[in-house]
Amino acid sequence: MTDSGPSPRLSARESRRPARAYLDAASSEPLHPAAREVLVEALDAGWADPARLHHEGRTARLLLDNAREVIANALGARPDEVRFTSSGTTAVHAGVTAIAAARRRTGVRVVHSAVEHSAVLHAAAVAGEPDEVGVDRLGRVDLAAFADAVGRPGVALAALQSANHEVGTRQPVAQAAEVCTASGVPLLVDAAASVARDNVPPGWSALTASAHKWGGPAGVGVLAVRKPVRLLPRWPVEEREDGLSPGHPDVPAVLAAAAALQARRSEAAELDARHRDWVAGLRKRIAADVPDVELTGDPDDRLPHVLTFSCLYVDGEALVTALDAEGFAVSSGSACTASTLRPSHVLAAMGVLTHGNVRVSLGRTTTYDEVDRFGFVLPGLVRRIRAEAGL
Amino acid sequence: MSSQDDGDDVALELDCRGMLCPLPVITLARRISEVEVGERIAVLADDPAASADIPAWCRMRAHTLLESTADRYLVERTH
Repeated sequence: MTDSGPSPRLSARESRRPARAYLDAASSEPLHPAAREVLVEALDAGWADPARLHHEGRTARLLLDNAREVIANALGARPDEVRFTSSGTTAVHAGVTAIAAARRRTGVRVVHSAVEHSAVLHAAAVAGEPDEVGVDRLGRVDLAAFADAVGRPGVALAALQSANHEVGTRQPVAQAAEVCTASGVPLLVDAAASVARDNVPPGWSALTASAHKWGGPAGVGVLAVRKPVRLLPRWPVEEREDGLSPGHPDVPAVLAAAAALQARRSEAAELDARHRDWVAGLRKRIAADVPDVELTGDPDDRLPHVLTFSCLYVDGEALVTALDAEGFAVSSGSACTASTLRPSHVLAAMGVLTHGNVRVSLGRTTTYDEVDRFGFVLPGLVRRIRAEAGL
Repeated sequence: MSSQDDGDDVALELDCRGMLCPLPVITLARRISEVEVGERIAVLADDPAASADIPAWCRMRAHTLLESTADRYLVERTH
């Protein structure tokens, strides 16, 4: 071979592309190495139907039971309280609607904070009459108003997230749980944003989470429900997962999810310290280097890895696109183009600026260099977008 | 586009209907200096983000949002 023809151009293009820095861990994290190892093995060992009595089925069943024990242990639940669903969203939908249906005689109101994940808002609207409780400027629920709403007659259930997925503010779950217990109202805690990072607060009646947010595979959700809480699924019920998640479960993915969660819980303290330190530094730097910026969420009582800010006079999608071109993957709660009609309901409920919004969230493989480079690049991009708007 | 309509004592009315965020807020910020301190600007904006962003801008910039009804925001220049 004397003439190799045109040389592959992929490498040349790659070399011009800036190094990628994935700073959107709150949306999804890449698969944890511990999960990858288990997943590959379980694909061969756990493919059979765990409901069958033969050897292959029993093998799959053992893997599923093992995953249930590991995840129950991580959540402070009993194994028979944990059900696997096909996503965090389906866990929320199943939990909210099945608990509300079982409490129909008591009432139809579903009390929830104004900053819950959209899965909770959608489920509450289907399950009964949503009763939304406001939040303060930091995104924390008004506990007195929450207590008032829960204390009135006719409440089917209450829902409160462990921490906010967009701005990182922790919610007063333990106090909310006390209020709910006093009124005999079940409390569903959406812990998707925090399970890999924080201990699950006590007092929940039902708890939901999503594996791809802790480095497990997508397509695995968790719905844990305490034993005395009654459930009445409003869809065709079968024996699997107590009727809460119909169909053959993805046993390899569930086991990989368990391995990832166990690994993340053992790394949590170290990651917590590292991410808190970097986020605090970046927070100060953005406040100093970017004019007219509003940093959102509680600066202290918060998730360790999330930093959200809004830049006045900036189109949020333009900023996300500009950051992407510089190699940074971040998300935004803004709705500055026709692709989303409404801005983030979280930011709007907090009364903070919804345009020019960026959420940075650090994952377990995030490096200090990436965070440092973000802090270096951001002010120039904001300046450029403002200049393009004539400011 | 000055007007003294509907008894509001409005010194300037900005029609930002049809503009997407952040243009209504940019327009308000550019033109607030056209009225005197203590005078009022009415902003018409139908972008959903305006209902959060105009009040937030007033808070950040320390101007007073006197009222917001449907797609109309009444802002007093305070400095």
